[in-house]
Amino acid sequence: MSMNGSIIDTKNLDVFYGNKQALFNIDLEIEEKQVTSLIGPSGCGKSTFLRCINRMNDLIPICKITGKLNIDGQDVYDPSVNVVALRAQVGMVFQKPNPFPKSIRENVAYGLKINGLTSSKSELNDRVEWSLKAAGLWNEVESRLDDPGLGLSGGQQQRLCIARAIAVRPRVILMDEPCSALDPIATAIIEDLINEISQEFTIVIVTHSMAQAARVSNRTAFFHLGELIEVGVTKEIFTNPSNEKTQNYITGRIG
Amino acid sequence: MINLTKSAGLNLHKRNGAEILFQSVGMIAIIISLSFLAWLIITILMNGLGAAKHVEIKIPVDLSSQNVDPDNINDASFGSILKSGLRKKFVDVKIRKDKKKLYNLVSPEGSFELKREILKDPTVLGETTDIWFSASDDLSLFIRGRVDINVPEDQRQLSDKEVTWITQLKTEGRIRIKPNWNFFKNGDSREPEIAGILAALVGSILSLSVCFILSFPLGVAAATYLEQFAPKSRLSDVIEVNINNLAAVPSIVFGLLGLSIFLGYFDLPRSSPLVGGLVLSLMTLPTIIIASRASLRSVPPSIKEAALALGATPVQAVFHHVFPVALPGMLTGAIVGMARALGDTAPLLMIGMVAFIVDVPKSILEPATALPVQIFLWADSPERAFSEKTSAAIIVLLLFLILMNLAAVIMRRKFEKRL
Repeated sequence: MSMNGSIIDTKNLDVFYGNKQALFNIDLEIEEKQVTSLIGPSGCGKSTFLRCINRMNDLIPICKITGKLNIDGQDVYDPSVNVVALRAQVGMVFQKPNPFPKSIRENVAYGLKINGLTSSKSELNDRVEWSLKAAGLWNEVESRLDDPGLGLSGGQQQRLCIARAIAVRPRVILMDEPCSALDPIATAIIEDLINEISQEFTIVIVTHSMAQAARVSNRTAFFHLGELIEVGVTKEIFTNPSNEKTQNYITGRIG
Repeated sequence: MINLTKSAGLNLHKRNGAEILFQSVGMIAIIISLSFLAWLIITILMNGLGAAKHVEIKIPVDLSSQNVDPDNINDASFGSILKSGLRKKFVDVKIRKDKKKLYNLVSPEGSFELKREILKDPTVLGETTDIWFSASDDLSLFIRGRVDINVPEDQRQLSDKEVTWITQLKTEGRIRIKPNWNFFKNGDSREPEIAGILAALVGSILSLSVCFILSFPLGVAAATYLEQFAPKSRLSDVIEVNINNLAAVPSIVFGLLGLSIFLGYFDLPRSSPLVGGLVLSLMTLPTIIIASRASLRSVPPSIKEAALALGATPVQAVFHHVFPVALPGMLTGAIVGMARALGDTAPLLMIGMVAFIVDVPKSILEPATALPVQIFLWADSPERAFSEKTSAAIIVLLLFLILMNLAAVIMRRKFEKRL
């Protein structure tokens, strides 16, 4: 794997929910235009870490974050940072497909509209088409762009959500267990899609499935009880982990 | 062999019995409540439909120029013309007491009806003409079979003499029954045969409009802020508890509040739909806020998160995605609140909307009454004919409630389809 240089790096990142500490002293670098998967047992803090990157944790009033989290050298928790601008650069795909209760076209166009990224109707339509094509959904929905997004199947809805996220062309796309609500066929399609779009976007994916992490990611980070145990090239982590806990987890002894 | 029947033990006999018992108790409860409802509706309909009929009586009146001056119609004494017409019809009535009874066959409104008739069509002047007049309430009840003649004479409204007169008029074809459109065209009156519901209906519509225009935007805005934006703190908890408490406050208390604030302090016009609407919106606001919050809360937070993750501001996320989904529920809540306001009497009594109002209000500043208050007033009247007016007004009120609920259902369907 080639080193592309890191786009996200954290220093001494601690996260607290009230009195409970969820993440301890995380130092992690995430490389640009690579797929990085975060694995670990339930409650290990991998989703919490993911949500720190686009500051979705701001929505939880008791959540407190200390330390540094830089994207492209800028600290996202600096008071001068506008969270709206941050989220336009860091897209997110959620665990359960959550298309807006609007048409397929409006779902994809929404981010473009609010962020004022297109100047004409035809440009908007081109961008919608590009996004749906990139998400591998275009052929299935071309003839019914104005039908409700909620009328699609679960896997199609999740690809619609990916199309919606990439439409605004963010630098980073965060995926929080994007396949956990999908069947194996839909999962395989999404995994292929992740490989496709990783040419253009940096992807951070949280997953429960070690097989998935092995299939889709270039690098893997293993979290346990709020600590980052080990991070490295995926193949290394799965074949020759340096830490005993990682070894135990990937062989099924813990987690 | 495995026993799969009831005799398998496992307490099956006892458990089956409990199943049957509980389900039949539920069915009986539903049947009892439905039969009470049916009873209510049937009695109100039976009683109220009488008010849909208007009885008229034809009297020959002498409109020669010595009675009515064609150049000065307004100066004529219409009452005495009508009375002499009645006397001519029944020449053998001599005693003063009997004459009075005779005059009472026609509604006291008769003299005004005569005047209106002449003004409408002056060609009737100059000779003796037959004109239809509204019959009195007693005659009307008798014609429609609501007076039992088998009851001893001194215990009923009509004496035997009156009954003979009426029978004579009837055989001469001088009595007819018409649909009572006046019920929807007139305001209140002391005479049940003239009294109508229009003034109360307009009063109710005006008050409810004021109520809706004030309480819906205020309630929805308050609910949206509290549910979506307000930081959770002790203050917001206190506000929430108090809104719930306000929803349970008896409506007459809101009437008192309105009396002291809107009438006492702001000096707004007494008895007006403006003040009525203000008081009703005080009463409806908590209901709308609670319903709107529940509706907002039922929108999956994942939709809002998706919008925020795309770079929408919190206000954009709420108004582009959460609000449209919650709107049908909010509207339903508002209409339910409005339906309660439509049927509420107590707060309107406190602010003087209980007055006897004959004229149909033309603006929200004129004195008015409301449907439930009108029902209350009529139910309080001693004349027997008012009891069927009361039922008729209840039917109108129920129809409006059904219409409002129907509107709520249709709106919800329509909005849900659009998504």
